[in-house]
Amino acid sequence: MDFELTDDQKSIQRAVAELAGTFDDEYWAERDEKHEFPWDFYKAFADAGWIGITTPEEFGGTGLGILEASLLLEEVAASGAGMNGASSMHLSIFGMHPVIKHGSDELKQSTLPRIVDGSLHVCFGVTEPNAGLDTTRITTYAKRNGGGDYVVNGRKVWISKALESEKVLLLTRTTKLEDVDKKTDGMTLFLTDLDRDKVDIRPIPKMGRKAVDSNELFIDGLEVPEEHRVGEEGKGFKYILDGLNPERILVAVEALGLGRAALRRAVAYGNERVVFGRQIGANQGIQFPLADALARLDAATLMVRKAAWLYDQGLPCAREANMAKYLCADAGFQAADRAVQVHGGMGYASEYHVERYFREARLTRIAPISQEMILNYLGEHVLGLPRSY
Amino acid sequence: MKICVLVKEVPDAAVQKRIDPSTGRMDRNGEKNLNPYDTHAIEAAMQIREGGAVEVDEIVAVTMGPSTAIRALHKAVSLGADRSVHLSDDALAGSDVAATGYALAQTLKRESPDLVLLGQQSDDGECYTIGAVVADHLQMPSLTQVIQMDVEAGPPTQLRCERQAEYGYDTVQVELPAVISVGDAINEPRYPSLKAIMGAKKKPLDALAIGDVDIAADRVGESGSKVICGDFKAPPAKSAGEIIEDEDTNETVEKIVAWLDERKLI
Repeated sequence: MDFELTDDQKSIQRAVAELAGTFDDEYWAERDEKHEFPWDFYKAFADAGWIGITTPEEFGGTGLGILEASLLLEEVAASGAGMNGASSMHLSIFGMHPVIKHGSDELKQSTLPRIVDGSLHVCFGVTEPNAGLDTTRITTYAKRNGGGDYVVNGRKVWISKALESEKVLLLTRTTKLEDVDKKTDGMTLFLTDLDRDKVDIRPIPKMGRKAVDSNELFIDGLEVPEEHRVGEEGKGFKYILDGLNPERILVAVEALGLGRAALRRAVAYGNERVVFGRQIGANQGIQFPLADALARLDAATLMVRKAAWLYDQGLPCAREANMAKYLCADAGFQAADRAVQVHGGMGYASEYHVERYFREARLTRIAPISQEMILNYLGEHVLGLPRSY
Repeated sequence: MKICVLVKEVPDAAVQKRIDPSTGRMDRNGEKNLNPYDTHAIEAAMQIREGGAVEVDEIVAVTMGPSTAIRALHKAVSLGADRSVHLSDDALAGSDVAATGYALAQTLKRESPDLVLLGQQSDDGECYTIGAVVADHLQMPSLTQVIQMDVEAGPPTQLRCERQAEYGYDTVQVELPAVISVGDAINEPRYPSLKAIMGAKKKPLDALAIGDVDIAADRVGESGSKVICGDFKAPPAKSAGEIIEDEDTNETVEKIVAWLDERKLI
């Protein structure tokens, strides 16, 4: 058994850490406070070719696997960029997977090279106010307009980066739920223009990750040409499913990275802060929780590396990808929480950055799937217990 | 024009440096990286190429070091070098600056460079001298601490360099071939692109032993080195600073001023 990363993978880690390290915590605190998308950070990564890390070489990318992509996003998060940094590029890294796998040549040629060079931003339009994880209940509807094209009406929610996006990867129903034999049938995926005249984008005020917007989308009569359809009509749900495990893996490493950033700051503070005549890190009450956080982060790392490796080998990985997201999100959040605690009152001050990490780490226990839904999956599909919801 | 850039693998900046008591040499276990000062030399070579004043046919990264040093060469190539040369031989272990300079010069003779660039110092040994030793063996002019470099196409091709000295700045004209060690103020090195990182292993790498470049075995390694580390000591621990509690700001300012005055700092 070989746990070592390859030289190339280590080079990726180091290069990302070096580049991400040029954007310090003050940069991220300011972007977060001002709700500003980190354009210069994004550009630096796009210019150096990182956005195309998993995109096939024929479209200008590097064609590497989810393991390499996970190393990239982990290092980005661990630099202190956290979810603000990772979310700025997350969807471009792997969100286009359904298009790569099922899109027409024309659709791929017209979009993927622009994803790679960073000039095309795409948001992911799946969740709806009345259909979060219960995706089959979406009601956004794409109706044929008499010719081959479609007109879409509906509402989406929690759509990241919509304000910056030129296009949306949009999941719609083309046959109503009541008219399909299988509830997963009748959904169609489009990669189409986010026409501001037909789509009202309203940012949602939220707890953290404020540099990257999350939005409600009100879609009213959006015209979508047939050639913007990804794959076959009615099979959109299946196409989306392909990307769920990689998404869990990538969010898992983002949580890990955040946890490592928080732990780094907590350790530095434990070494530096002197109270009652000694460093606070000399107290077991401070030291043990941090050592425990380290152990949990390292253990979670093993699971997410295994999940990524399985995926890249083309092997089933749903169990591991779900466990990885579950364990990494908990480990990352716990590390961030303890970092706040170690800082005492200062942990609550923005100046020390750990409160920002804490707010962002909380997100990973909810999105893209809640911890509870992962336990449901493991209980039902791995342990063989009755469905509990 | 051919530019050779001397590079070195050093312990990563994040690693605490220590002397191995059993060998008297720096412990080079743990994470390693390309000497950060050398990245400025590679960038300087790239800027000469991109500047267009002269045609640069090739940029070659050259190192002497153990097998792991290949990673430093890969990084050098990912930053822009076209190919690399790795001098590695058990006989070289323990070489001092003079022996290392001789070995590197022998390796460079095989390349016949028009310009040799290197970082002003290595992040581990910090001798600042290897450029001068190499230049002496190659019978080339040598400049150190160069922070600006403009190429004037020849013939003869010349460099107009600005050197950073303690007393100010020297502007120096030098005819090529020459050996130039650059300061870290000369440029801001670029970051390698993902494609360059992934393509680095595909670039040519010449692996050489001392016999390939006519290095006399008795002039290198521990036995060929005249500098012997007799003893080593860790730097003295820094004394704790004096903390002045700010209870009354006027009084605090007076205390700080008095403290500085006492040490003739103001």
